[in-house]
Amino acid sequence: MELLSWGEIILKILSRLMPVWIALVVTFSFSIYFKRNLGLYGKLFDSRIGVIGFAILMFWVFTGFFAGALDWIVTSDPLSQVSGMKNKVPGTPVRGADPGDYPFFLLGGDNMARDVFTRVIYGSSLIIVIAPLATLFAFMMGITLGLPAGYYGGKLDTILSFLANLILAFPVILLFYLLVTPEIVDTGVPQFMAVVLFFFPLVFFTVLLNTRFHTTPRKRTTILFFVVGILGVLYLSVINEAGSKISIFNSVDLFNIDAGLLTVFVSVVFVNSPTTFRIVRGLTMDIKTRDYVSAAQTRGEGPWYIMLWEILPNARGPLIVDFCLRIGDTTILLGTLGFFGLGLESESPNWGATINDGRKLLSIYPHAALAPALSLLSLVLGLNLLADGLREESLRD
Amino acid sequence: MGPFILKRIAVMIFTALCLTFVVFFLTNLHPNLEKLAKTQGNFRMDDQAVNSWLSNRGYLRPLHIKYGEWLGVLPGYVIEGKDKKTRGKCINPKNVEQKVIPIFCGIIQGNWGTSTVFRTDVDSILLTRLSLTGKLMFAVMLVMVPSALIFGILAGMREGSRTDRALSTVSIVTTATPEYVSGVILISIFASSAFGLKWFKGTATQAMENATIENFLLPVMTIALYGMGYIARMTRASMTEVMTSQYIRTARLKGLGFGNIVIKHALRNALIAPFTVIMLQFPWLLNGVVIVETLFNFKGFGWVLVQAAGNNDIDLLLGVSVVSVFVVLVTQLISDIGYVYLNPRIKVS
Repeated sequence: MELLSWGEIILKILSRLMPVWIALVVTFSFSIYFKRNLGLYGKLFDSRIGVIGFAILMFWVFTGFFAGALDWIVTSDPLSQVSGMKNKVPGTPVRGADPGDYPFFLLGGDNMARDVFTRVIYGSSLIIVIAPLATLFAFMMGITLGLPAGYYGGKLDTILSFLANLILAFPVILLFYLLVTPEIVDTGVPQFMAVVLFFFPLVFFTVLLNTRFHTTPRKRTTILFFVVGILGVLYLSVINEAGSKISIFNSVDLFNIDAGLLTVFVSVVFVNSPTTFRIVRGLTMDIKTRDYVSAAQTRGEGPWYIMLWEILPNARGPLIVDFCLRIGDTTILLGTLGFFGLGLESESPNWGATINDGRKLLSIYPHAALAPALSLLSLVLGLNLLADGLREESLRD
Repeated sequence: MGPFILKRIAVMIFTALCLTFVVFFLTNLHPNLEKLAKTQGNFRMDDQAVNSWLSNRGYLRPLHIKYGEWLGVLPGYVIEGKDKKTRGKCINPKNVEQKVIPIFCGIIQGNWGTSTVFRTDVDSILLTRLSLTGKLMFAVMLVMVPSALIFGILAGMREGSRTDRALSTVSIVTTATPEYVSGVILISIFASSAFGLKWFKGTATQAMENATIENFLLPVMTIALYGMGYIARMTRASMTEVMTSQYIRTARLKGLGFGNIVIKHALRNALIAPFTVIMLQFPWLLNGVVIVETLFNFKGFGWVLVQAAGNNDIDLLLGVSVVSVFVVLVTQLISDIGYVYLNPRIKVS
């Protein structure tokens, strides 16, 4: 078979991505049709930048979902090495392909003769799960600590702000190099950090529900029992791993998380949370002077009720915008980790590691590094544009 | 101003102590020490040999004592090992005829320790490497700051104009491009045989002695691009704010020319925010330096960081963290002082 021309490659890639296009068209037609009833999300479709950003983001979300959950789109296995395909240029036909296999390496082969296209697509399914989740945990931590720091001020604020500045003054790469090594994983330090970091969502939801329903104790107790029960089991499953430093909860351990992945996750959350803390703290200090807060205080509401049900909902605009930006930052951080070969095993198709693999032969075969680099760029760009659009729309009213 | 700066410096020193202690703690965890012993001694050592290697060199004592020694507030250890050799923190193994052995030899006394990877003094390594990175940073600043400010001012001068849209798009794209992405793209386009342009070199190894545009432009652009977009966006935001203020309108109504207003009236107020942003960019630039030095094989400070961390070279890592924490904190201080100095409305309390 012949080498494909660039036009054919693009056509073939576009047709491989068909499920994504269909999903995008469906999402957009529904959203635009109902946009008047969808609040801020609907208003996003009035801003051109926002729509472009949202489209790029959803492209990667759908791609990641279809590839990761359903094994669609991809053309071969991300780890299998095909002999004779080492460093082949994009559009090379697979040598000795079986009739059932896809006959081309659409974006060429990398230095280990693996399919670049497949690896890039699988990389997106890793990113779209890890980056938002890590950001979410960082937000939980930032909110749970930032609200009281801003609301009470005083010594608590001084101590927490000092700790936040301490983490912010730490060079991120040095921290990664110190935390994300196999030796540190052996000592259990990441696991102990996980014990602390993942405890915050638990606290957050408990306090959130307790303050809302504390006037109706029976309802409160049932809700809390189920929510805390489920979250507690999840919490213990995450921190516990048989044969590691924390293995006393083996009886409730539902699933195991790869130690490298947990370490990466913990360090990304750790690096991100001080920034969130500072934003939440600043917003709280601003909002607590408003009249509705004084009204709630006069009504006799407790401080945590005011923080979580009066201040937090009113801080949502900037927080949503920052959430989008921070997912982008987290994506960049995850890429940095992969680039230095830290954390996830080097075989894994995450974009950073793929760039790192490809860069050694960059001056001769740039395609292997270029494809994941451009993918990462487009995802982060999409998130930034979306954040810009959201900011514009939320400032409008 | 005096008490404010003094207080800030006290907090700075405390922060630096905390951070170096964290680095000290992490590098002195037992698996890390074991790795150190095996790379320094030999890889086939059993647990007993590892332990005696470590205890002979004083690694197995309590953490706070070792930290105190490193700092220079506790007397350095002198241990007569099981192999009948006397080793001490302050005894120089190369200088056999050392007459007077100093009691304290920590970082306060100017003794940064010895690198186990490079087998020389940490301070001399840091000095040579920092001067190389300094060269890189100087070039980055020279490219990044003026172009970012010009971009921001041109964009913010007339909000919503076509120039504004175009420049804002450029800056949003550059903020979305981390160094390892822009570096890869730049090398692919300008230095690879695949595109055939080959205008520049894909490595900056030669730039360490002799920097030319051919071997130095790509690494400099790679770092500058990422920071540039952010500073440009900040400058644009503060410029648009200034341009809508009352006194600019007054100046316009007075009949002043547009160029005159921008340069004489708007610029100073519009540059307050970007100044602090530029200063606060330093910690991120440090990140960029590590990535770019790895990507372009430029053996500066970032390269040393990677080497030290990869080999658990405790003294060198501590030296690296002292320098980088110092850079971060000093730039924060400068940004605060500069903010007060530039903005007369803010008073230090």
